[in-house]
Amino acid sequence: MSLSLAAQINSVLAALILLTSFALLVQRRVQGLLHIFAWQGLLLSISTAVVGYSAGLHHLYISALLTLTLKVFALPYILYVLIHKLKIHKEVEEVVNIPTTMIIGIALVIFSYDLTSPIRELSTLVTRSTLAVALSTVMLGLLMMITRKKALTQIVGFLSLENGLFFAATSATYGMPLVVELGVALDILIAAFIFGIFFFQIRTTFDSLDLKEMEKLKEDE
Amino acid sequence: MIRQYYPILIESLQVILVLLGGPLLVGWVRMLKCWTQGRRSAGLLQPMRDVTKLFVKETVLAENASWIFRSTPYIVFGATLMAGAIIPVVSADLPLAATADIIALVAIFALARFFTALAGLDTGTAFGGMGTSREMMVSSLAEPAVLMSVFTVSLVSHSTSLSHMVHELTTVSFVLRPSLAFALLAFILIAIAETGRIPVDNPSTHLELTMIHEAMLLEYSGRHLALIEWASMMKLFLFASLGIALFLPWGIAGIDDPGMLPVALVALAVKLALTGVFIVLVETGLSKMRIFRVAEFLGMAFLLASLGMLSYFILE
Amino acid sequence: MPSPFELVSASIIVFLCISLVSALFANRQSILVKLSSALSAAACLVAASGGFLSVLAGSTEAMVLPIGLPDMPFYMRLDPLAGFFVSIVGLLGFFVSVYSIGYLKGFLGRRSVTPLLVFYNIFMAGMLLVLVSDDAYFFMIAWELMAVSSFFLVFFEDEKVQNRRAAFIYILIAHIGAVLILLSFGIMAGFAAGFESFNGYTFSAMRSANMPAVWASIAFLLAFAGFAAKAGVIPLHVWLPEAHPAAPSNVSALMSGVMLKTAIYGIIRVGFDMMGTPQWWWGGLVLVLGLFSAVLGILYALMQSDIKKLLAYSSVENIGIILIAVGLSMMFAYLKLNTLAALAMVAAFYHMLNHAVFKGLLFMGAGAILHATHERSMEALGGLIGKMKWTAPLFLAGCLSASALPPFNGFVSEWLIFQSFLLTPALPGRLINLLIPLGAAALALTAALGARGFVKVFGITFLGKWRGRQGALVTEVDWPMRAGMLMAALSCLLLGIFPNLVIGWLDAVPASVVGGGIGETAKASGWLWLTPVAAERASYSAPLVFFWMVLVVGALYLIFRARGGTVRRAPAWDCGFEKMTSRMQYTATSMSMPTRRIFGFAFSIKEAVTVIGRGGSAIFPEKFLYRLKVRDHIWNFGYKPVSVASFWLARKVGRLQHGRIQIYLLYSFITLVVLLVFA
Repeated sequence: MSLSLAAQINSVLAALILLTSFALLVQRRVQGLLHIFAWQGLLLSISTAVVGYSAGLHHLYISALLTLTLKVFALPYILYVLIHKLKIHKEVEEVVNIPTTMIIGIALVIFSYDLTSPIRELSTLVTRSTLAVALSTVMLGLLMMITRKKALTQIVGFLSLENGLFFAATSATYGMPLVVELGVALDILIAAFIFGIFFFQIRTTFDSLDLKEMEKLKEDE
Repeated sequence: MIRQYYPILIESLQVILVLLGGPLLVGWVRMLKCWTQGRRSAGLLQPMRDVTKLFVKETVLAENASWIFRSTPYIVFGATLMAGAIIPVVSADLPLAATADIIALVAIFALARFFTALAGLDTGTAFGGMGTSREMMVSSLAEPAVLMSVFTVSLVSHSTSLSHMVHELTTVSFVLRPSLAFALLAFILIAIAETGRIPVDNPSTHLELTMIHEAMLLEYSGRHLALIEWASMMKLFLFASLGIALFLPWGIAGIDDPGMLPVALVALAVKLALTGVFIVLVETGLSKMRIFRVAEFLGMAFLLASLGMLSYFILE
Repeated sequence: MPSPFELVSASIIVFLCISLVSALFANRQSILVKLSSALSAAACLVAASGGFLSVLAGSTEAMVLPIGLPDMPFYMRLDPLAGFFVSIVGLLGFFVSVYSIGYLKGFLGRRSVTPLLVFYNIFMAGMLLVLVSDDAYFFMIAWELMAVSSFFLVFFEDEKVQNRRAAFIYILIAHIGAVLILLSFGIMAGFAAGFESFNGYTFSAMRSANMPAVWASIAFLLAFAGFAAKAGVIPLHVWLPEAHPAAPSNVSALMSGVMLKTAIYGIIRVGFDMMGTPQWWWGGLVLVLGLFSAVLGILYALMQSDIKKLLAYSSVENIGIILIAVGLSMMFAYLKLNTLAALAMVAAFYHMLNHAVFKGLLFMGAGAILHATHERSMEALGGLIGKMKWTAPLFLAGCLSASALPPFNGFVSEWLIFQSFLLTPALPGRLINLLIPLGAAALALTAALGARGFVKVFGITFLGKWRGRQGALVTEVDWPMRAGMLMAALSCLLLGIFPNLVIGWLDAVPASVVGGGIGETAKASGWLWLTPVAAERASYSAPLVFFWMVLVVGALYLIFRARGGTVRRAPAWDCGFEKMTSRMQYTATSMSMPTRRIFGFAFSIKEAVTVIGRGGSAIFPEKFLYRLKVRDHIWNFGYKPVSVASFWLARKVGRLQHGRIQIYLLYSFITLVVLLVFA
């Protein structure tokens, strides 16, 4: 596999990751959201493996494997179980309507492109051009957390944000040290469990998972 | 001797191909559809028989139909055939291809639609107006998306001239381009909308509330209807071959390469057959959308086209 | 053989004379209408030929008139840039003046047409003077002449409240614009010859002025804002959709077709000619505002059911399109890409010419409809194609041009703008590269929505069945009106089919403004092919498209003719529904309903359905009332607060007025004392 082909494959994967980020924004069903999230994890894991192969860094294979198990199978499964246990309503509810979110999304992609262009000039790695995509994935994850109502969509947004960070790490510096990565993976897993427990708590307190209910928690003046 | 007439020959071949290819492609799609639904099909040639039958039938005009209504079929047919003379279907060496570049091509299709829309209003019926209003809604959203999608291709090939784009894409060594992948996805969505296929519109429905394109044509009959039907079959063929020329041009004969023509013809047949399979899979798997979902569908196409353009700058 | 400048000056003098004569012979109305309009038409032809020759020769002539204030004579100059605009004014003026011979007859017996004729000619003279003036002082006088005379023309039918209102809004915004332009000239003159001297007031002095970049930007922004107010650029467009429908249709045609262009002339004159090289962000600003005007203009146009209001909003859109091209040209010029700057500039000029012709045609057509039916609302029109056999196809030609469809002229200029857009990857700076294609998408959206709008205009007005009063008598308009529209429609077609000739002619204009041209490359592949950059980059052959269409349509028609197919007339089928009435047709409002839903966020929409039932209950409905009010947000957010605030202020100030003479004397006394103390 020549270096340029690896770079090409990687940029295609980057494009697809960007596409899945947008797909998360436009998806209306909660179940579909999980599927897309799993796909994003898969693409991320392939991309990590490709980068690992082309750069000859074998610890990236472990990262890829970790991503695969955690983000493609474990986390979507946990969330899937949560949906069923909690009987979460099938439709995603949005604060800002979907076309507007898409336009904001495009603006964010352009913004991240502008932001990362100085780094592109400095970096010499083959993967440097995907940095803009990584940053956009982070931004789009945040956007999703801002513009969706339900707690579950917020989790997915958060996880996709983390995907973006991970992608940024692989594309900018060929990945974080393995120890850090393991730590982050563990963090995410624990976060998912804590979220799960919180969901149950939120629901028993408010009889709903709508985050609007949490506004009631603030003290009245 | 033969070299002297080569441009004329190739242009005539192209026009004949478009004239016959349209009904054949539609016949193929209908045949496949019958098979997937467990029915017996009427054969590959049925659309052609339909058209020839319509040509000999009596033409009935609505009482207050004006000359707009009568001339529309001719204009629609002429514009579609014009587009057929421009899109490189089997050879990039097409003399008339320079008549209009991709932007003008979109505008020529728009001309046909403009008149169809007027014809829908001409008879003063409720359904005609409904069809016009809906069709113009769909097209006003589809047109910018289609231009965005082809602009991505023309950024890659540094040209908007169709035959030059094909030439550029076939001769340059193959590179994986995410931008073109996005543009292709967007183009497929728009082509579905522009040619009035499921899930945007249903070409075989005459159910009052679901039709878009057909509602404008309700009052047509006889040879007028034949021309319009034929033109819309050609339009399907042309959108398929436009997609092929822009995104999968391999196999199209290059400039000054008549020896490639037989290969190009076979390649075209195979690609169109696969396109037909794709259309049928989509149409069997999906159902028609609510009309205001179409706006979101086209918004998606627009998003994909914009992402294609962005990834051209970001990733390439 | 008189020189171009002499021709133009002669026409200006003739216009002023006609105006005077019209005022003197006010009691011979019916002769006056014919005579004055015919003379105006002749003067327009003279002016147009002057402008045409000036561009053709690429020559510049100047002159100093020893009138005006002492030591401040009037400077006049006719260069190719001015010449181009003069020829547009003359050309459309000619069509409209011929049309006016018939149109103004409609007013005879109802009211005196004398004020209309007087101000019509002053208006024409004013526009030409704006274009040939070469100093700030004379320019402002001409500008005011144009503004005030058009104010009176808008005011002409003053019995209607909305006309008076429209005229006042118009004159208000025109004057705010004029003040901004004056300030800009002040800055430029100050840097040209110092702030103590008046010598900097000529344009030639301003051209040679060496301005710091900050002041140049301030001067440009002021001038741009001033001219944008005149051109109807969003958000300064509010006067336009009020004033254009209020004016008589021949005047609306001129206002929309050419008066708005004088503002574009001002932008180009200041931005390119007087400032030297524009800054790149000026181009960006012009481009962005152009995009906003184009998209929002056409969206607002789609919501209208008043035919003239729709056309007025469409003018906002077209001004936006022109500014897009001007903005691109500024960016290219800043980067010294002269050929590309010339391409964008040619696109802008071509679109100005096209818009003048087709919008003039459409307003004349709207006037013809108004003349024949006394109805401006499309909801009460329909089926006119059977009764107005001439107006319908001519109006259709205008609609096709305005929708940018080949082989008509609107398409050529939009195609050129798209080409300039697609050449932007030549720009350095990747972010700009990335943003500009999105602008191309917005332009594509504009074009597509434009087609939607004009399907609605033509389809609802001319096709279907009559929606208006029962038994209304509609007849075709008379010959002069048809002739005016016919000439404009033919120009639309010819400008669309022979773009090479036009580009070859107007190539002198970008050459004089940005120092480049595309005439050579555009015609490199022969007269048949338009190749603005290079043949392999893009090509378009309008004649081939046209002849192909004629060929195929003609051949098919002849084949069917020869076969002798029969055509039978029968009631419309409509899926088998019976007893269709004209009230069951789609209306202008229902046609635009999908757009209203999709782009609803761009408007403030108030919709209400009231059911009136038997005995006051809604269970057995007898009548449905549907009310719809669509407004643009800009009015609510931008203008309403200002108008509320000024009324509030006016009421406060109004308290000073008591009507008692002693108090007024007291005010004067206090002023006097204050002045004496501080003087």
